[in-house]
Amino acid sequence: MNNIEEFRHNVREWLEENCPVSMRGLMPADEMVWGGREIEFKNDDQRLWFERMRDKGWFCPSWPLEYGGGGLSPEETTVLEAEMRKLRCRPPQINLGIWMLGPVLLEFGTEEQKCELLPPMARGEIRWCQGFSEPNAGSDLASLQTAARVDGDHLVVNGTKIWTSYGDKSDWMYALVRTGPKEPKHAGISLIVLDMKSSGVTPTPIDLISGKSSFCQVFFDDVRVPKTQLIGEINEGWALAKELLGHERRAMSKFSEISLPTHFSLLETLFEYLPEPKEHSDIALFQRAIALRMDEHAFELTQRRLNETARARQDISSMVSIQKLVHSEQEKNKFEVLLDVMGRRALGWQGAPFSDQQLALTNTWLNAFSQAIAGGTSEVQLNVISKRVLGLPEGK
Amino acid sequence: MSLVYNEEQQQLDDSARDFLAARSPVSEQRRIRDQQLPEGFDTSVWQQMLEFGWGGIALPEAYGGLEFGFQGFAPVFEHMGRNLAAAPLLSSIVLCASLIDEVGTEAQRAELLPALIEGRQRFALATQGQDRFRPEHLDVDVTEQDDGFLLGGEDLWVLDAQQADALLVAGRLISGETALFLVPADAQGLQIEPIHLLDSRNHARVSLHAVQLPAAARIGSVDAQAQLERALDRGAVCIAAELLGATAVMFEMTIEYLKTRTQFGAAIGSFQALQHRAGWMLVDLELARSAVMAGFEALNDDSLSVESRQQIVSLAKWKAGEAAHKISREAVQMHGGIGVTDEYDLGLYLKRSRVAQVLFGDSDFHCERYGRMAQQLFAETH
Repeated sequence: MNNIEEFRHNVREWLEENCPVSMRGLMPADEMVWGGREIEFKNDDQRLWFERMRDKGWFCPSWPLEYGGGGLSPEETTVLEAEMRKLRCRPPQINLGIWMLGPVLLEFGTEEQKCELLPPMARGEIRWCQGFSEPNAGSDLASLQTAARVDGDHLVVNGTKIWTSYGDKSDWMYALVRTGPKEPKHAGISLIVLDMKSSGVTPTPIDLISGKSSFCQVFFDDVRVPKTQLIGEINEGWALAKELLGHERRAMSKFSEISLPTHFSLLETLFEYLPEPKEHSDIALFQRAIALRMDEHAFELTQRRLNETARARQDISSMVSIQKLVHSEQEKNKFEVLLDVMGRRALGWQGAPFSDQQLALTNTWLNAFSQAIAGGTSEVQLNVISKRVLGLPEGK
Repeated sequence: MSLVYNEEQQQLDDSARDFLAARSPVSEQRRIRDQQLPEGFDTSVWQQMLEFGWGGIALPEAYGGLEFGFQGFAPVFEHMGRNLAAAPLLSSIVLCASLIDEVGTEAQRAELLPALIEGRQRFALATQGQDRFRPEHLDVDVTEQDDGFLLGGEDLWVLDAQQADALLVAGRLISGETALFLVPADAQGLQIEPIHLLDSRNHARVSLHAVQLPAAARIGSVDAQAQLERALDRGAVCIAAELLGATAVMFEMTIEYLKTRTQFGAAIGSFQALQHRAGWMLVDLELARSAVMAGFEALNDDSLSVESRQQIVSLAKWKAGEAAHKISREAVQMHGGIGVTDEYDLGLYLKRSRVAQVLFGDSDFHCERYGRMAQQLFAETH
């Protein structure tokens, strides 16, 4: 047995012994464990699985040992991930720091920053949030205006960030701020990290059309951040931001692999509400729903083809580029048609005579709008596809 | 099983690309159209395809086939679509040979399959004359007689029937069973008249006026309805691959045109209104490719239930048809005036695709069947 096969064998044995049975299989949204200062476990299995993986350094298996990682080679990391997938192990915790900021810190952070920030991140002790979008900087992120003025050893931050997921529950934030007000917009941006407990930071939850949400707006009022918390060079944050967003896309796809689909099955709902369409309008509606399901099915097959193509080491760029666009637009279409299928049963906001399922479906319809906006709108996706994949020229 | 080409498919992909580009480019189809060749294809190109072994891709080695499995046709038909090659691979091999292989007696297979694989014989499948595709519907009535059969049927639409050596006719026995018969082209009472469709392929109207056949003309002896529907599913997936190839070319021509055509002092591809539409075209093409690959996979998977197979086949034909429909319309529109001239190849692709969208079931048929199969499968598990 060569080394990697021996490693695979050992990993499999360890996982089988140490991953509690209840921590295997798809994960409902309310059973995710978020690392952080105020970590909460719903049961002992969650805690055991968290602690065992933490002690192995396997929250971030490929990071060096000295920063609290698992010290695994890329090959070993792939094996660990594959074995976890095979056993359907849930991630022991969800942490934006590890998925997104960590890789950027490893590459661009100073030695002091790595030693200070990475080990607690690797132990799941700090919950991280992201401060990128602003009320006037959405699709055009580089026009962000939250200002960070140098004042001796500190940066003084003023402004506001929006669409920060769990801004009210997080311990630290990584944020893009404007340090060069006179420079061209891409050349005046810096990446900083800050403690959410700092004086002058105020996170405020945002209610959406669907009701309560995890999104917050975060206000900064003369927040003093030590200059040692600047990541990379001053005014060179835009390159790091692009790096981070690349990790975001990868993290999102990992996330969808492990989460229990909260989505409603189009076919199940259709067959429940319209089992035998007889009126012309019902038949037309039935066919319209089936056509949407077929498009969804073709997209599921495309995701499978993407994975198989990647494994065959062939070009996947065009399939990758359409993922977010197709998924979010199909979700919107699907819920629109399901609303039609359910008729008046789909119009409830709360209480009788609506079932929880009906209310949840209507709520998911409202949520689907956000999906086509957050993380790059469909229009931004189409810009990217037409220029980077199709090679169409820039407009004047 | 995979949605990505295996080694054999990769080889077929390479050889089909090179061969068709060299011997059967679009300009050849234009020539065949303009000269109105009754076969609708170049017989020497067809012979060469058979020499490559394309006729035997999915047939048993015992009869001279290659036994690559049905998915071997995926790259071949895609490239036929890319070049608008009109060879009778679908009619004679995918439909007739595979049906004879499944339904025929040992002696019939041994006699007919090598002849089809080598091209000594060419058959065409006659099943129906409906304006709209109904695989369960047969338009030929069969009367059993002491020493044979009497076949009658009017106005069947048959692909590649002109100049075929024989027709494989699916008819309905009095008992309600489906039976297959080999009817020689010169049989008394068989009438084959050319019809000229948009795609300039070999299409014909076939009528059987009291055609008398010996008992030995029947292929096999059991009810062949299930096998017939399976063969039509194979046809649907191959034509879907052809649509995919033709659509890919229309897409590529359009993207190229967007980059080179200048108006208002800029390449028109720099206009966001067109860029976004081009992005959606890519989406349709990628989804169609996945569905078509899944269609071939399903045809090759003997463990699938009939409902599951029909569901995936319908998805393949539906999505390929939808993509062809949307992209061909966009392609013509984005090309502007040049797109509606006969001189430019785009129109040939548009017309060929429009016919292929209807063959073996249009989008509405396959959408309906997908829903019906999904509902049956749902009822079994709930």
